[in-house]
Amino acid sequence: MKGRLVALSIPGIVTPGVLWAAESAKKVVDPVENWNHLWNEVLIDLFIMGTVFSVLAIHWLIKYKATSPDQVGRGPKLTRAQSWAWAMVPAFIFMADDFFLAAKGWTVWNIYRNVPDNAYEIKVTGNMWYWQFEYPNGVTTTYSYDTKEGDGLMVPVGTPVVLRMTSNDVIHSFGLPAYRVKEDVMPGRVTYIWFNPLEEKQTWVTCVEFCGVLHSQMYAPVKAVPRAKFDEWLQKKKSTT
Amino acid sequence: MSTESHGFNLREWIFTTDHKRIGVLYLIGSIAAFSVAGIQALMIRIEQSSLGPTLVHDVATGGNQYNVWLYFHGAAMILGFLIPGLTGFAANYFLPLMIGAKDVAFPRVNAFSVWLFYAGIVMALLTFVVGDPPDVMWTGYPPYSVLTSGNTAFYVFTVHLLGFASILGAVNFLVTVIYMRAPGMGWNQLNMFVWSTVTAFVIQLVFVPVLASAVTMLLFDKYLGTHFFDPANGGDVLLYQNLFWFYSHPAVYVILLPALGILYEVVATSAKNMIFNYKAAVYGGMWGIVLISGEVWIHHLYIAGMPNWIRIGMMVSTLLISVPVGLLTISLFGTLFRGAITYTIQMKYAAACLFLFLIGGLTGIPLAMTVMTTHLSETSFVHAHFHYIMGIFSTFAVFAAVYYWFPKMTGKLAGEKLGNLGFWFNFIGVNVTFMPLFIIGVQGMPRRYWNYEMFPQFEPFHKVALLGAILVAIGMGMTILNWVISAISGEKSPANPWKSASLEWTDCANPPGPGNFTKDVVIKPEWTPYNYV
Repeated sequence: MKGRLVALSIPGIVTPGVLWAAESAKKVVDPVENWNHLWNEVLIDLFIMGTVFSVLAIHWLIKYKATSPDQVGRGPKLTRAQSWAWAMVPAFIFMADDFFLAAKGWTVWNIYRNVPDNAYEIKVTGNMWYWQFEYPNGVTTTYSYDTKEGDGLMVPVGTPVVLRMTSNDVIHSFGLPAYRVKEDVMPGRVTYIWFNPLEEKQTWVTCVEFCGVLHSQMYAPVKAVPRAKFDEWLQKKKSTT
Repeated sequence: MSTESHGFNLREWIFTTDHKRIGVLYLIGSIAAFSVAGIQALMIRIEQSSLGPTLVHDVATGGNQYNVWLYFHGAAMILGFLIPGLTGFAANYFLPLMIGAKDVAFPRVNAFSVWLFYAGIVMALLTFVVGDPPDVMWTGYPPYSVLTSGNTAFYVFTVHLLGFASILGAVNFLVTVIYMRAPGMGWNQLNMFVWSTVTAFVIQLVFVPVLASAVTMLLFDKYLGTHFFDPANGGDVLLYQNLFWFYSHPAVYVILLPALGILYEVVATSAKNMIFNYKAAVYGGMWGIVLISGEVWIHHLYIAGMPNWIRIGMMVSTLLISVPVGLLTISLFGTLFRGAITYTIQMKYAAACLFLFLIGGLTGIPLAMTVMTTHLSETSFVHAHFHYIMGIFSTFAVFAAVYYWFPKMTGKLAGEKLGNLGFWFNFIGVNVTFMPLFIIGVQGMPRRYWNYEMFPQFEPFHKVALLGAILVAIGMGMTILNWVISAISGEKSPANPWKSASLEWTDCANPPGPGNFTKDVVIKPEWTPYNYV
């Protein structure tokens, strides 16, 4: 009987999961939106825990102020059962919260690591101390902090962009706060991130792994432009080089 | 026979094997490291307070200066102040007194380790003397640390000396606690500080050799031409980070645990209360941390391109640290419940620590989540988080320790006026400094950036942070000055000024003479250090 119940429950668990996965695969996923949503949920979680502990602490710090110098505390002496309860009950509450957050985090993580099939691929190379971007047609761009010249990273609006990244010298890290992505860039390995530029805007990538004297000058503009404008720019770039 | 009657004798201090004098030597050395590293912190804040070059010469070479400040600040605060301040000073002076021992198990080894520590501090200070100072941050990641023209060897040798001192200390104190407790003293009668030191030293003993081997490989790669970390020659570029954090994450518990231990002593004594759920805090909390500490290091490599399975696996193990830490938090907060609290300076620092612990601990939760770090990692959010939980929290705990045991060490009471004033400057200052860094961290302010011209909107926040840093500098100055003045000309302290039930107060003189106890200590079965009736 028990075995049958378990067997029956399997499709009950799997079917909605598959349906949900199929549904979510169809939607346009935006890592930024997912990140922000999760961040808000985590903040609520922290706020609740922080409030409980700080209200208790402040209340007790005021309430239990000694009234005479010879007064001593009357803290509760726990029985064996109470001691176990005060260890196990909070432990399970904390664990429940941990697994809840881990599950939430894992879901969004999967979005971050699964690159959409239609993603536009750009190669990124970290150098001391500048970024180099290479597009599928062989065009390369860069940016100089000194002269403030160079295109930096151009991406088309509405197309997911995947960056395949490596380094020519030391470890750098590609940090793009506006799109909530970041990953280290290392010699001898290729790492990736992807993001979804949904609107036209200019933002900045900064190197976020310490890499020497000009670490804080190793930045470049990231411009999301409409697809037509992007294609035009890329063609023009191709013909001039 | 009391140490006071001898007067000051330099030779005696240099050749001393007395754990109390060694403790004082650790305190002086670590406060010296703290002061120099604190000045570096102030310079970092000044530099960031305006967009362009402020203290550094110019844009092209500014990094050379700034990176050395960052390196020294991090390395000296962690390796030269926090670890030796907690496990060197506090453990040396008070652990033997708390367990009723006449000294540590190996007094000469103890003397050797304090002088190794001084050699390490001198090695670190050479940063400001040599022509090509190390600029590798306290983490020393290759390939940069191998390729740089900065002198990475000074970093490696500093770690070697301080690490060796730590290993010797760990063996010494574990043997002391196991074999030298007063007759009758059972494991469940130990002070929380003793337990916290034991667990911290277990961590040191297991993990420090890993760090030592990692930095040694760095030395070989840079100066002997090996290729441990060079992928072009078959090395592994991430090997160092794995080894480094395999030690250095547990190392944060080497700092956190004794700091918590001190808070327990201060809170229990100030509230004249027993520890709430002692066994859960010791066996679940402290030993739980020891158990989990070695399985979480990947959270320092979340964005380093490690395989997905380990990034997710260590997200779960990292989040689970909240269980032992939660038990300790409940026990520490619970010790206030139905207490009779007296607000001495040390209790003010302890109350402030509860707040810092909450902020620092809770902001660690998003940083435990792999996907959250895709945005938060390497920003000033991380910077503010570990300053709250590791930097300021533990520093305040050291300060609470100095105030709490000041009469024990000097026989005098620390001045209240300057002490309280210093406390408020410190407490307000640290929050004014680091709260803005949380805010701009979430908005993407990168760490270790003196030049943030791409994000000019963050400049006002850095200005506020500088204001906080100035308050802290004033507060720290007042605090250290207060200790010096009080040690020289403070009011004579009663034998047990806080009316503590712990052995170091009930059975020793202020300060204790050689051999610590005038008569043999025998512990009764019902005795605990927190038994207030």
